[in-house]
Amino acid sequence: MGQSDFLIEVEDLKKWFYPKQSLIGRRKAPLRAVDGISFSIKKGTSIGIAGESGCGKTTTGKLLLKLYDATEGSFKFDGVEMNSGMTKQELKDFRRKAQLMFQNPYEALNPRYTIYQSLQEPLIIHKYGTKEVRRKKIINMLEKVRLTPVESYLHKFPHQLSGGQLQRVVLARSLVVDPLFLVADEPVSMLDVSVRAGVLNLMREVTSTMGLTTVYISHDLSLIKYLCEETVIMYLGSIVEKGPTDKILFSPMHPYTMALISAVPSSDPDVELKELNINNSITSADNIPDGCKFQDRCPYAQEICFKQEPLLQKTKNDHFVACHFSEEIGGKQYENRLCSTRSYG
Amino acid sequence: MEQMIEEQKGKDSELYIILKNSWSNFFNFFKEDRFAMVGLIIYLFVGIIAIFAPVIAPYDPHEMLRYDGEYRTNAGPNSENILGTTNMGRDVFSQLIYGARPAVLVGVSAAFMVVLIGTLVGLVAGYYRGKVDTFLMRVTDVAFGIPFEPFVIVLVAFLGPSIWNIVLAMGLLLWRDTARVIRSQVLVVRERGFVESARVAGASNFRIIFRHITPNILPLALLYGSLAMGWAILTEAAISFLGFGDPSAVSWGFMLNDAFVSQALSRGSYSWFVPPGICIMLVVMAGFYIGRGSEKILYPRMNQY
Repeated sequence: MGQSDFLIEVEDLKKWFYPKQSLIGRRKAPLRAVDGISFSIKKGTSIGIAGESGCGKTTTGKLLLKLYDATEGSFKFDGVEMNSGMTKQELKDFRRKAQLMFQNPYEALNPRYTIYQSLQEPLIIHKYGTKEVRRKKIINMLEKVRLTPVESYLHKFPHQLSGGQLQRVVLARSLVVDPLFLVADEPVSMLDVSVRAGVLNLMREVTSTMGLTTVYISHDLSLIKYLCEETVIMYLGSIVEKGPTDKILFSPMHPYTMALISAVPSSDPDVELKELNINNSITSADNIPDGCKFQDRCPYAQEICFKQEPLLQKTKNDHFVACHFSEEIGGKQYENRLCSTRSYG
Repeated sequence: MEQMIEEQKGKDSELYIILKNSWSNFFNFFKEDRFAMVGLIIYLFVGIIAIFAPVIAPYDPHEMLRYDGEYRTNAGPNSENILGTTNMGRDVFSQLIYGARPAVLVGVSAAFMVVLIGTLVGLVAGYYRGKVDTFLMRVTDVAFGIPFEPFVIVLVAFLGPSIWNIVLAMGLLLWRDTARVIRSQVLVVRERGFVESARVAGASNFRIIFRHITPNILPLALLYGSLAMGWAILTEAAISFLGFGDPSAVSWGFMLNDAFVSQALSRGSYSWFVPPGICIMLVVMAGFYIGRGSEKILYPRMNQY
């Protein structure tokens, strides 16, 4: 199976959350967390999903891992349609191939399991080898994430480790079953800045040696620039811009992307501050207006933006934008701080 | 390095480490809290007495003692009967010792049933939520609506007076508090990251419930178990005192009933009914002390107040 170049092909995926209906009162509108997104990920590459809080990044990640069932649409994993009609065995197979790395390493491990038990669990579930083989595998995996000497970690409990160490354990646990696909949901946002670079370098190295296809979910554009070949910018459940990371970050076409980039602080005092200010109030995902979703925050909004929703359109070389005026406002070399600073280098 | 690990394996096998950890946790818990320590000592003491009752007790609790051909009734404390005798000439001290047996039996088995049923109901309701939850919680509401002691009396009157029927009655009703509390705790734990990561790893519902959630709510379940133990002993005493108890088993409640019926108070034979009263009180207190201690462990911030 899997003749195509793409590991993940998402086609018009939707996830709406329906609020609990009260006994009396009007029917409330559903919360459109993910509202029709399409993208695909080539095998062995990594893609970054960026956007502000509540734009549906995490929901997208969970949809790709089948932690949520999609309201509409579906996606293909390795050429196989992932829909709700999967058998238990198919789902279990999928669970081995697709793994998640959590934002919060302090929560991701069972506090009553030792590190060894935590790592062994996925192996037991997927009936991997004998006890000896599993042990070797676990030790090997911990060495790979540089938790050495391994034996000093094996029988520790999560609360005895630091955040950076825990995130390495979490990484080791997601990779111990040799997955094909990894979703890293804000992998370093809970960590101290001082250990972020170490964890990120490790992730980059390990995922490339294992040939993993990865999705990084983050609001940190410098992380995405550092790790991802492609970038998807989401706003209120829709994709506003997608394409190669360089293109997106250095010549953004959508005003929202520009605003996101201009919000990245710079450590270089010589960089000229060029701000694109947008209205700070976030439109709620359960009350989305007609027309462009970004209308009431967009400094360039004109009449058409209030009437007609812009579609994601291809501009030049693999760069997709959903904006009526992308040609006018974007496309120029955007002087931004990501060009001049290397946050994780 | 492989070799080093191989060498270590003998003494550092996983099971050994886990056991060592849980045992040291167990003892630290009692060391940390003086109340819990006192509670544990009382439980151990009563347990030992219950096991070795035939060795410790100087007489058969049912034996009517005779001295010089006459029954020795209503005797005060003396050299042969430490706590005197009953109106039927039975040794009070021996009865007191044997009374530990039904107390332990009822306490342990009722606590076991309460923890087992309550935890299962709470786990299933909290984990699956939705209709299952609604159904189980309405059943719990019904259990809350039944007054406890009248229910025990009716059930015992119906099935015949025996310790096991009292235990059964407690098992049928007392799980309600445990189920409620465990359910709310499960609702919290099931949303935590490690449950989701277990799901991503492909764990089945069964595995998630029993391998991931249960260990995290077990301390709470044990807390309710220790409270139920005290409750059960108290209830058994109350039922026996009311005369619905097992007539063949000498329990502390039975002793109180015996003393009450034969008007021991008006005769001033305090040595007959005060000791069983104190015993009941101590055992019930022990349950609450252990509960109090584990509460501190569960909610460490409580120490501040």
